[in-house]
Amino acid sequence: MGQSVWQSMEKKGYSRRDFLQFCTAAATMAGLGQTGVAQVVSAFEKKEKPAVVWLHFQECTCCSESFIRSSHPIVVDALLDVLSLNYSETLMAASGFQAEKSLNDTIKNNKGKYIVLVEGAVPTKDGGVYCMIGGKTAESILQTVAADAAAVVAWGSCASNGCVQAAKPNPTGATPIYKLVDKPVINVPGCPPIADVMMSVVTHLLVLGQLPALDSQGRPMEFYGRRVHDTCYRRPNYDAGLFVESWDDENARKGYCLYKMGCKGPVTYNACSVVKWNEGTSYPIQSGHGCIGCSEAGFWDNGPFYQHLPSFPGFGIESTADTVGTVVGVATLAGVTAHAVVTNIRKHKVIAEVHAEEHKES
Amino acid sequence: MSASGVGASNAIAAKVEHPADYRRVYVWELPVRVYHWINAVALVLLCVTGYLIGAPIRLFYASEAYQQYWFGWVRFIHFAAAFVYVFNFLARLYWGFVGNRYSSWTAFFPLKRAQQQEIVDVIKADVLETKLHGPISTGHNALAGLIYFGTFLVFVFQTITGFALYSSMSNSCLPRMFTWVVPLMGGEFGVRFWHHLFLWFFVTFVIIHVYLAFYHDYIEGRGTVSSIIGGWKFDRVEKGDK
Repeated sequence: MGQSVWQSMEKKGYSRRDFLQFCTAAATMAGLGQTGVAQVVSAFEKKEKPAVVWLHFQECTCCSESFIRSSHPIVVDALLDVLSLNYSETLMAASGFQAEKSLNDTIKNNKGKYIVLVEGAVPTKDGGVYCMIGGKTAESILQTVAADAAAVVAWGSCASNGCVQAAKPNPTGATPIYKLVDKPVINVPGCPPIADVMMSVVTHLLVLGQLPALDSQGRPMEFYGRRVHDTCYRRPNYDAGLFVESWDDENARKGYCLYKMGCKGPVTYNACSVVKWNEGTSYPIQSGHGCIGCSEAGFWDNGPFYQHLPSFPGFGIESTADTVGTVVGVATLAGVTAHAVVTNIRKHKVIAEVHAEEHKES
Repeated sequence: MSASGVGASNAIAAKVEHPADYRRVYVWELPVRVYHWINAVALVLLCVTGYLIGAPIRLFYASEAYQQYWFGWVRFIHFAAAFVYVFNFLARLYWGFVGNRYSSWTAFFPLKRAQQQEIVDVIKADVLETKLHGPISTGHNALAGLIYFGTFLVFVFQTITGFALYSSMSNSCLPRMFTWVVPLMGGEFGVRFWHHLFLWFFVTFVIIHVYLAFYHDYIEGRGTVSSIIGGWKFDRVEKGDK
């Protein structure tokens, strides 16, 4: 405890050059320009490195897997090394009582200064019995840990919006973190979130010591401010009305827009088409598959993935609003036609009645 | 009906074919008619382009993106028509407070006993076809008024959800006012779904509306259809009503 980032790096055998590289990368990720590098260097030399608690609840660890695949290895190495990752079920060496002690010590010794990274949703049904660690429910662990935290980050869709656990009928009452914690939570949705985005959020917290600018849903605006669609390289095909009509048709080979194949890019806020995945290699649409909207709340309940509009509830998988609408429209036309036929059959009677009445009056 | 005081020629006519006297009534003032037709054109454009946005048809095959912009135009027409439609609607709301009694906002709420009775009468005439003639309001009948109020609610809903969807690609203040709708409805999936579903409300509405206009033109015989072009309808002149 009490070490700065630079001191801890030096101790671990990093050169000054490595440290400066790390600072440059961190500054870039936090959205600072070249002039910000000096500020970062100074902060990392002097500021005590923050303690980090990484909690795992109802999740698949794909966020952790993503995190360690950042395209800037020096940053991920340095972060995992320099962060005092005091508690992480997946990555820590300690186990059992030792691990619990480490968590308690971190909370006690770093009151109001440590960062909490949460991976996974929290089950709230039946007293929270569906996820328990060390004899305590996920919810009580979260409440204890989050109470004195400097910042809470919700990793991935599970922690941000419940993801698959919260999909209908949500048997465990899976609840996203922001609904349980009464302090601002940075939501970093995605299944998993992009490694570089995760990296940037952490570096932002470390470098600037404050939350990044968040949108109304608590997501960093820098990465979730635009839709996948807005920055997609296939967008010109959308505007031109050139769509893939079926998998592996000529249009698919030509790389047309996947909108009609159910691509959820137009309703999904993420940085996939800019930052991309696996060291900037590609992203789903680039590899020929539509976006499934994994960073959007409720994406499991708005399927199927290969249909642009969600299925109409209660009408089977293939019925969209259009199917229902067409049926209603045709039924209306049929009703109106029947009505017109009836009216005209009675036409003579009506005219006769009207005339009879008018003659009677006059 | 008696032709007393009108003259001998009418008295003869009454015996032959046209027993009743009718008086011209200026029902739909110019702003109301203009509203109606702008609304009709905008609505048809919105429905057609909206459907195409949801299910684009294939116009080109194996060409390049830089060669055309048709889907962009479809979307442009949708957005432009939407703005026209919204401001047109706002103008109509204003006219509901300053226009004549047929366009007044009171026509859309069956608060009076007579209006409630008329709803029953209109159901008898339109749906059950048991009472094919008899007095029906010169302006909106009470049931039509109530249904138009329902469509106004759908207008508002479509406006809010439409601007909410549009807000993600716009910096102008009007759409930006509706960004809060998206999280409220569980993300853009939900907003898009509901916005699209109500397209079919309009399709259904237009079918019934056009049909009933013709139907009433026929059973009432006082110029229902032409009134929305020229503004005039015809009221039967009752005895002593001169």
